[in-house]
Amino acid sequence: MKARPLALFALLYLLVLYAPIMLLPIFAFNDGTVIAFPLRGFTTEWFGLLLETPALHRATRNSLVIAVSVAVLATCLGLFAARAATRYRFPAKTGILGFIMLPLVLPEVIVAISLLVVLMQLGLDSGIWSIIAGHTLLCIPFSVAILQGSFANMDQSLEEAAIDLGETPLSTFRLVTLPLVAPGIVASLLICFTISLDEFIIAFFLSGNAPTLPVYLWGQLRFPARLPMIMALGTILVVLSILLLVIAETFRRRGLRRAGLKDSGGFL
Amino acid sequence: MNGVTRALRSEGGKGLIMVSPPLVYALLLLAAPLATIVLFSFWTQNFLDIDRTFTIANYAEALSDPLYRELMLRSLRISASVTAVTVILAFPVAYFISFHVAPQRKSLWLFLITIPFWTSYLIRVFLWRVILAFDGPVNGSLMGLGVIDEPLTFILYNANAVIITLAHAFAPFAILPIFVSLEKIDRSLLEAARDLGESKAMTFLRVTLPLAMPGVLAAVLIVSIPTVGDYVTPRLVGGSGGTMIANMIYAQIFDLNDRPMGATLAVLAMAIVALSLLWLIARIRFWLWLAEGRGVWIALAAGIAEILAIRAIFMLGPAIVGAPGTVLGLLAVATLGSVLIFVKVPKGRAGI
Repeated sequence: MKARPLALFALLYLLVLYAPIMLLPIFAFNDGTVIAFPLRGFTTEWFGLLLETPALHRATRNSLVIAVSVAVLATCLGLFAARAATRYRFPAKTGILGFIMLPLVLPEVIVAISLLVVLMQLGLDSGIWSIIAGHTLLCIPFSVAILQGSFANMDQSLEEAAIDLGETPLSTFRLVTLPLVAPGIVASLLICFTISLDEFIIAFFLSGNAPTLPVYLWGQLRFPARLPMIMALGTILVVLSILLLVIAETFRRRGLRRAGLKDSGGFL
Repeated sequence: MNGVTRALRSEGGKGLIMVSPPLVYALLLLAAPLATIVLFSFWTQNFLDIDRTFTIANYAEALSDPLYRELMLRSLRISASVTAVTVILAFPVAYFISFHVAPQRKSLWLFLITIPFWTSYLIRVFLWRVILAFDGPVNGSLMGLGVIDEPLTFILYNANAVIITLAHAFAPFAILPIFVSLEKIDRSLLEAARDLGESKAMTFLRVTLPLAMPGVLAAVLIVSIPTVGDYVTPRLVGGSGGTMIANMIYAQIFDLNDRPMGATLAVLAMAIVALSLLWLIARIRFWLWLAEGRGVWIALAAGIAEILAIRAIFMLGPAIVGAPGTVLGLLAVATLGSVLIFVKVPKGRAGI
């Protein structure tokens, strides 16, 4: 077979891609305070330590509040953009949509400092709300990308039929459009939640005295004694992220099947 | 019905109303803040106050101070290396998934490739520090195999470590656009090329590669722009030799409390990245055009001559016209040249 070397390369590539994450549980269960080989023995001590750290609990609560708000906000705003992108032709369409998608390629540091400078200038205190605002900006492009797929796959004649049969535009949206794009909405909610939960730079610049999980993590990286605990926390976060992604992917595929289309690829 | 309501009822009007919530949000939280930092970059910090007289002093300082210039050039260099590494390694994988994986398994492969990207960035970067460390698995296994006698030191706390870590972090970003453009290739074109007597390798070079170029270009853009402004990776694995411009921007704002200077560096970084990419795309179009019209060797010679000229300007320029003059002059000439190329040279076969 001709593709053998290529397949081997692809497998190796995947292996390297996963190398760091695979190390995580190894050190999380390792009975030693130094993050290095050789390993010493099995322990769940570090996971227990997580339960006894109040600062961590506060950061987790902040992160969850932020991530849930961001998921809802970004998906709502993404719905508008995705609907406009797939359904209407309007002036400056490419420019407007390109601008909404811009945070996808802009370095986060630039977004973060510009938001920070505006906040400082307006004399506002940064906190949970400002991180929500920043993360929403960052998540809208992902939400638009996912929802655009759902809207594009939808048969437009279904909506027209509903209107012809006497439904108002609003009830058509509620009764016909929404159920058809629902899997996309769920996928978008989950993805935005995951992005917000993991995002560091914007949270770091705008957190004030309300640290999120990654900001808390960053602070702990300076203390070598705390690293095993960080590894345990990281393991939990990674497992959680993967779980959310698998659910999101399932919903995305269900949406595609509902629209009667063949699957053509991932999220982006 | 007056003109305004008619405009709002039209398709264009409805579309604009529909898109307005996210657009207004992006204008308020992206356009306005970006405009603010541009404004800030023309002000100066006067101890605790901001002096609001319009001045280009910040830009003059940013362009003439060797430290800023070094950081800026290093950021560009690291970003260019990361982009090259990710795109070159990603292409075969994207090609494999598109051409050799069974259609029903493709989305599984893509899903597997994107998963690591969604997990905590901070933790992934930190784990690279563990992997590359003095007593980490890389050195451990190399020493165990007897390949090296003592731990490699050039793989942590320098620019190499930053490149490795960033290349790993941005891998999916490079694979996805290339995969999409490979998927779009009409397979019958490849059969036609083979039927007309091209070898497998030549079919790849003359049909597949040019048709995949838009995806490669998208990958270059989507990897190079964010990597220039990365903050976490240089801090965690970069040491002092791997510090990048984002670290300096952070230091200016938080440690030195000089927000206008931080804003200036941010604006400059964005401008330089944008202009460099414009220059790169224009140059690729020009070289491809030369290669097609005059032959590959002429194009290669033109490319090498240009790189040598730029090196010479960087070496000799500061002594003759000063550092800011050199940088600005080079950027101006490159931008003018790029615009000229975009206007004069038609789009080539590769769609660039």
